[in-house]
Amino acid sequence: MKAIHKLIEKTRPHFEKGGRFEKLHRTFEAFDTFLAVKGDVTKKGSHIRDAMEMKRTMFHVVIAMIPVLLFGMWNVGYQHYAAIGLEVDLLDQFVFGLLKVLPLIVVSYASGLVVEFIFASIRDHEVNEGFLVSGLLIPLIIPVTTPLWMVAVATVFAVIIGKEVFGGTGMNVLNPALLARAFLFFAYPSYLSGEVWIYTELQQGQQLVDGFSGATPLAVLSTGDIQNLPSVLEMFLGTIPGSIGETSTVAVLLGALVLIATGVGSLRIMISVVVGGLFTGFLFNLFAANPYMEIPPYYHLIMGGFAFGAVYMATDPVTASQTGTGKYIFGFMIGAITLLIRVLNPAYPEGMMLAILLMNVFAPLIDHYVVQAHIKKRLKRLKHARVEVT
Amino acid sequence: MSKVIKIKRGLNIPLVGDAEKILQTAPRASEYALKPTDFHGLVPKMMVEEGTHVKAGSPLFFDKYNKDVVFTSPVSGTYTRLVRGAKRRIMEVRLEPGQENEYVDFGAASPTELSREQVIKKLLKSGLWPNIRQRPYSVIANRDQKPRAIFVSAFSTVPVAPDMDFVVNGQEEMFQTGLDVLKRLTDGSVHLGIHADETTSAAYTGARGVEIHPFQGPHPAGNVGVQIHHIDPINKGEVVWYVGVQGVIAIGRLFSKGIYDANKIVAYTGSEVLNPRYYRVLNGANIRSFTENNIMKEKDITPRFISGDVLSGEQINQDGFIGFYDDQLTVIPEGDAPELLGWLIPKLNKYSVSRTFFSFLMPWKQYRLNTNIRSGERPFVITGLYEKYLPMDIMPMQLIKSIMINDIDMMEKLGIYEVAPEDFALCEFVCPSKIEMQSLIREGLDAMQKEFS
Repeated sequence: MKAIHKLIEKTRPHFEKGGRFEKLHRTFEAFDTFLAVKGDVTKKGSHIRDAMEMKRTMFHVVIAMIPVLLFGMWNVGYQHYAAIGLEVDLLDQFVFGLLKVLPLIVVSYASGLVVEFIFASIRDHEVNEGFLVSGLLIPLIIPVTTPLWMVAVATVFAVIIGKEVFGGTGMNVLNPALLARAFLFFAYPSYLSGEVWIYTELQQGQQLVDGFSGATPLAVLSTGDIQNLPSVLEMFLGTIPGSIGETSTVAVLLGALVLIATGVGSLRIMISVVVGGLFTGFLFNLFAANPYMEIPPYYHLIMGGFAFGAVYMATDPVTASQTGTGKYIFGFMIGAITLLIRVLNPAYPEGMMLAILLMNVFAPLIDHYVVQAHIKKRLKRLKHARVEVT
Repeated sequence: MSKVIKIKRGLNIPLVGDAEKILQTAPRASEYALKPTDFHGLVPKMMVEEGTHVKAGSPLFFDKYNKDVVFTSPVSGTYTRLVRGAKRRIMEVRLEPGQENEYVDFGAASPTELSREQVIKKLLKSGLWPNIRQRPYSVIANRDQKPRAIFVSAFSTVPVAPDMDFVVNGQEEMFQTGLDVLKRLTDGSVHLGIHADETTSAAYTGARGVEIHPFQGPHPAGNVGVQIHHIDPINKGEVVWYVGVQGVIAIGRLFSKGIYDANKIVAYTGSEVLNPRYYRVLNGANIRSFTENNIMKEKDITPRFISGDVLSGEQINQDGFIGFYDDQLTVIPEGDAPELLGWLIPKLNKYSVSRTFFSFLMPWKQYRLNTNIRSGERPFVITGLYEKYLPMDIMPMQLIKSIMINDIDMMEKLGIYEVAPEDFALCEFVCPSKIEMQSLIREGLDAMQKEFS
């Protein structure tokens, strides 16, 4: 411990004003504060502070993502070996997935953090911790077959256009990770839809099994082919094709548990997304104009990115609605719009991404009306109080 | 007695170092000081020369913008020197106590027999007027305005708070006289906020001529601002006044004895105090007189002395002076040692309202918290947190944001008139982005005050 401390102190002068690496001052500081909480004391205001801070907040979101990450890795291997008809044990399946997913994570973190560090240096502010979460979210919401360079381009785009132009973490309007995915979706549509969900690059002597289909449940449904839908249990457990982290509702629920237990994620938003989805699903059931509208509403919760989006994406406190009442509206609308897009729009089988991005844009408006209502209520209360006094 | 007002939102921070109910008279301090910085917005103009002999109650300086408001010496002796800070701002007016206690005679009087104007004159002349503060702005009351009501909070909920029942003990009559004086100052009511279960002193529960409001709940239930909000909230254009318990007692003494008797009781609290207890001191006393032999001396740990409580008090040094309004002196350790991977490892000695530390599993535990800030300042990220620590019908985050962009209109609509920095202390404490909310609230209040002056 002391040795590390000494090393930091020894290298510190090089990064300070007049040092050789003065320009990397903020980068050094980021690593320094990552290694050790500084001995900085309160100067103004409250003399004591809660031990919670941003690094720990973000770290807990990362912990909450571990179940989906591990399951996703395994599922990548499972789907691959199922596609080529090989029976291998669990570990092999996991290792295969690990080797495919890890590069995506590394590229996402590396490209995003470089941008973060550069902007921190230019703007001369401390490196914000927000990307610790975004950097892991991005690989979890793309297909395993996404080329690495594409991940890098999308990440850089999302961090610069989605976040830094607005002033960095805390100022962004759109969820950066979703923006990266949306960028890929519209810039390289062929890589983000169709037969991309399962790693099927074959080695010599391998071939796809007969009747193989790599379609996600949502894609199956959009063709109206309800008979070929995976079973509810499969969809709930997540042994289905899809983006790396989104398939398993069980794993997502585990993550949700971490977020709720630690109080890092907003339960309010999660619940209202689900309620919004179920409500719209029931409405569809009432009309039942086509087979897609007839499926039980809860199917939507376990298909595609619904659960993942509700737990990890919609709850991003910066881009979600910031008022209590607003959160209910925000979440409900996400659930409702997701189903609208899924069921009524044939062009996009999945609606979660677009629903969240759309509501990200509307969140400030929702908040505006909530605040206006609060102001009106305050005025009323004050008037009332005055009458009581006189 | 009216209905119990239950405060649900808030937090009692479990700090080590509650004062034992022992009252000692502190030895006479070697030096006293009146600190103009205790009074926000004050520009002092000195009225005496260095070296002048003063009595307790002799004027020292006045407020440049409210010439009637005079600040008088708490002790008889000699005015020795000024201590100036940056830009030659007057920080302290130092006094050396003389051998005997001499008082300026302001004449005893029954408040009921004086007119409102006479009462005000007496308070101004004796230097006790600054005890009366006002909302909005949380500054010394403007004598030209008539307050709609006057509020006194008879209990404190801050961490390791002084027990106001213990403080008033033996001074019940003076407290009542003080309330009678306040009664003369407003056409409305004098409201006394007490704790529904813990306030037992007859001085409070049997106070005459006032409306008594029992409160229940965690900090900041004892903050006068929260009490005002729940009893009779401030409308735009209205003014209410508020006085601390010891201010009321001092005013009571002025009217019954005719002198400025600056004695007050200070709870000496905090984890670094050997024997936390109460001391009777003269206002403005050098704290060394009673802290010197009653402090832990540990290697590698620097104590931080805070005049007031750990949430909103003023940092003073070891040779500092107790603040004008403070009923408490708190000593906690400085947290200036770096901590490897400190953000990651959840140690048992960390306290947090978030459930990412173990503290939520041990609600009975008391903590020896230090002053480490733990992180640099970040923009707002977490939402829905601050509301839990401000038991008012006010949106804390939105109000703070309106102050950040200096939107006067929005600040007014969101309720800035009702708040003081101390009401946001808990929000500041829990803020994971480490935003300096109390300073921001003060900035907002200053902006409003400037706008309307």
